[in-house]
Amino acid sequence: MRALLSHRLAGLAAIAAITVLLPPFFPSLYYYRVGALVFIFALAAVGLNLLMGFAGQVSLGHAGFLGIGGYAVAIAPTYLGLPSWTCIFGGALLSGLVAFLVGRPILRLKGHYLAVATLGFGVLVAIVLTNEAVWTGGPDGMSVPQLTLFTWRVRGSDTWYWIAAASFLLGATLALNLVDSPTGRALKAIHDSEVASSVLGVDVARQKLAIFVVSAVYASVAGSYLALFNGHITPDISGFLRSIELVAMVVLGGMGSVAGSLVGAAVLVVLPQILTALHDYEHMVLGLILMGFMIFLRQGIMPSLIAVVAGRRT
Amino acid sequence: MVTFNRTVATVACSIAVLFAGGLQASAQVKIGSVLSVTGPASFLGDPEKRTLEMYVDAINAQGGVKGQKVQLIVYDDGGDANNARTFATRLVEEDKIVAMIGGTTTGSTLAMIPVFEDTQIPFISLAGAIQIIEPVRKWVFKTPHTDKMACEKIFADLKRRNLTTIALISGTDAFGKSMRDQCVVVAPKSGMTIAYEESYGPRDSDMTPQLTNIRNKAGVQAVVNPGFGQGPAIVTRNYRQLGISAPLYQSHGVASKQFIELAGPAADGVRLPAAALLVADKLADGDPQKTVVVNYSRTYQGKTGQAVSTFGGHAYDGLMIFVQAVQRAQSADKAKVRDEIEKTKGYVGTGGIVNISPSDHMGLDLSAFRMLEIKNGDWTLISDAKS
Amino acid sequence: MAEFLQFFFSGLTVGAVYALVALGFTLIYNASDVINFAQGEFVMLGGMATVFLALTGVPLPLAALLAIVITAAIGLALHRFAIEPAHGASPVALIMITIGASVFLRGVAQIIFDKRFHSLPPIFGGEPFRLWGAAILPQGLVVMAGAAVIVLLLWQFVDRTMLGKAVIAIAANRLAARLVGIDTRRIVGLCFAISAAIGAVAGILVTPITLTSYDVGTLLALKGFAAAMLGGIGSGLGAVIGGLLLGMFETFSAGYISSKYKDAVAFLVILAVLFAMPQGVLGRGKIERV
Repeated sequence: MRALLSHRLAGLAAIAAITVLLPPFFPSLYYYRVGALVFIFALAAVGLNLLMGFAGQVSLGHAGFLGIGGYAVAIAPTYLGLPSWTCIFGGALLSGLVAFLVGRPILRLKGHYLAVATLGFGVLVAIVLTNEAVWTGGPDGMSVPQLTLFTWRVRGSDTWYWIAAASFLLGATLALNLVDSPTGRALKAIHDSEVASSVLGVDVARQKLAIFVVSAVYASVAGSYLALFNGHITPDISGFLRSIELVAMVVLGGMGSVAGSLVGAAVLVVLPQILTALHDYEHMVLGLILMGFMIFLRQGIMPSLIAVVAGRRT
Repeated sequence: MVTFNRTVATVACSIAVLFAGGLQASAQVKIGSVLSVTGPASFLGDPEKRTLEMYVDAINAQGGVKGQKVQLIVYDDGGDANNARTFATRLVEEDKIVAMIGGTTTGSTLAMIPVFEDTQIPFISLAGAIQIIEPVRKWVFKTPHTDKMACEKIFADLKRRNLTTIALISGTDAFGKSMRDQCVVVAPKSGMTIAYEESYGPRDSDMTPQLTNIRNKAGVQAVVNPGFGQGPAIVTRNYRQLGISAPLYQSHGVASKQFIELAGPAADGVRLPAAALLVADKLADGDPQKTVVVNYSRTYQGKTGQAVSTFGGHAYDGLMIFVQAVQRAQSADKAKVRDEIEKTKGYVGTGGIVNISPSDHMGLDLSAFRMLEIKNGDWTLISDAKS
Repeated sequence: MAEFLQFFFSGLTVGAVYALVALGFTLIYNASDVINFAQGEFVMLGGMATVFLALTGVPLPLAALLAIVITAAIGLALHRFAIEPAHGASPVALIMITIGASVFLRGVAQIIFDKRFHSLPPIFGGEPFRLWGAAILPQGLVVMAGAAVIVLLLWQFVDRTMLGKAVIAIAANRLAARLVGIDTRRIVGLCFAISAAIGAVAGILVTPITLTSYDVGTLLALKGFAAAMLGGIGSGLGAVIGGLLLGMFETFSAGYISSKYKDAVAFLVILAVLFAMPQGVLGRGKIERV
């Protein structure tokens, strides 16, 4: 037990150490921005990983929750005058509620039916955000009022780097705790066999719904951060391609690996920045990554790495 | 002692030379551009990129600006506002640009504006919506005509033909929506009544339901289609297919030969406001814009083999306005260049004659738009006097 | 009345396209239990390849034929290099592979072709017929006829040929089919190729009406899938009925209700079908084995 605990903490502590040690080497604010984006998307990926990796469900429309969280911190402060930080929670609450309402019927489905239903959900959110221009500003989007916490105006790529990193670490810790809890074990059982686990007394529907709501909340917070960081939000935050990117992050990093979510997010955020000269090929590469990993390396990077390292040890 | 002094002197001189050499190498005017070269707006971003690269090369071949070479750094945001923002930060923090000419879409422009306002770098946007320059922001300018002007030009032409009750069918994409909103605002002032509205998605392939409804609406004297991309081409085809006889007006978003190719014979009789660039060869010889647009047309067509596009023209104007501002300011200092951009007067560009002022960061008026009608598969100019 | 007819005919034309895409989905699904999201790209490839081949001087009918052959080859390659190696993976993994393939094909198309949109000349001219006040394009009739012919051919193929019987056998029980000596790999590959060819034909027939560009595939795939679900995935006739119904829903809702949410109709249909009757209009219910 102690070994398990220390193993978990070791992983997170390592990430925390890297997070703190890197910035002195950042030549400019641009690197802070990239780092902040990596942590923001990693946060969403952790949530999706809980759903896909641990519970074995699938969501091809998760960017819809990014959008709900993002527009919550845009619309509520602008039209209702609420302070931005409460809207982060408000957005999370709203996302959770939507996930609860939508999840009940959707999670009854399995396999490709579930995949397509979530896809439909994601696209519908994007369509609504695009069309209800009176509230959302339409396809051009709307500006997002800056986050202020008791007269401290939260701005700058460096500030957001620390906020995003801290939030990711918090989210990762919570996720790891969840995985090791009775809920986590129930989820793993459901992943293996829904029928068997329900025979053993697991309330399958309720657990699946719970994890769907949790993953939606993660995505919502990430979306709120993204909107507040950028100061502007457009409906393509909820687009189909964005959902696919999230899935790719989870697949790449390793389904069922929290650290893998960070790796996946890092690859998908940093790679386009490195390969700017090859931007024309970005879609090709994304497609190849998805296909390649799902065919050959289905566990993803982190679990494979761990397996290699563990293999060497024994 | 003498040897030591000489050594020190040699070393000092070498360092000085190296330093000067370094200074020489970094004495480049760096401009940045974030364009949507791929993605849904690639139709706009691709000509913009080619134009900028083409003309920066040409400027450098002639010695650069104020003796300094121009370095152009282009990033592709893929039509995504978040990416645009990241690349804007990169241009400012990493690449240390002195000016930005870019922002293909309104969404990406709006997302990037805070970066340039914060770091006080002049930003000449290539996007259409009026929100970019209204309210006026100190460091933000733009070269394309606003959608508000397009509406006003269309309405003026309608008024001349005594057509005052119209229907709108607009695309739900950013361009279509923005222009539709402006048309609704401008209509009462121009004496127009918008009797009916329909919309279509930018990827829709069939607009006959919407057009059937418009056809059945009594009293509609003309139809205006704010939109861009393939939608207007399909609308135009469906329009003729349904046999609707009321005049059809398109927006400047379709200003390219491709629209005529795709709409086919259905495009005959369609009118639209467009920059003089589109009818370069048909301009009267005394037309002030003729030289500029003919030159740009020939250069662009020669180098790329593609028909000229007004979007590329806006990029050309942005670049030239910047270059001329640097020349007037006698330096590449951001604040001085910004001030000179704001003082641009009488610049003859592909989009029109530009007169920027502290209250107008675009500088075009209605005369910058020409009214065109499509006849026999080609553009013809409608002079302002006729109808 | 005239407007009802106009909506009806427009809905039929659009529906015929969805029907063809849905047929492609159904064929692959029946043969291999895979939902192929790259189906939309096959349609795109048919149209775009024809356009670009014609631009290089190849006569149009030959360009169309070549485009169909090329697309069929791509379908085969998709099966051989992406689906077969992942044999045994969960349905979700397979969906993600096909989504990856779709994104990949779109990326390649962006580079090989271009980013503009293109058209093809209609086979019988662009002048519409006027029938009781409604206008029908000859090309619309061509698309509907094309869909009917393909359905007929497929039916005959499945009913009368040995290969067709093999497909049915594989669909019923893959293991049993192998046990009786059917080379499942080859046959499933063939189904992918046929499906791709159907998509390509759909693309070529419909481009004169809807225009084509490198990214028409995604939305088409989603709508085609909605149509297949509506008609009952696994049923060829269901695919056609589903396609026509979806086309009607879209057109009538745009005409009578509001055109703003026309695109949302397909997705609402997906969700409604999945919640209310997952097996669709004509499909068989699925029994999950423990």
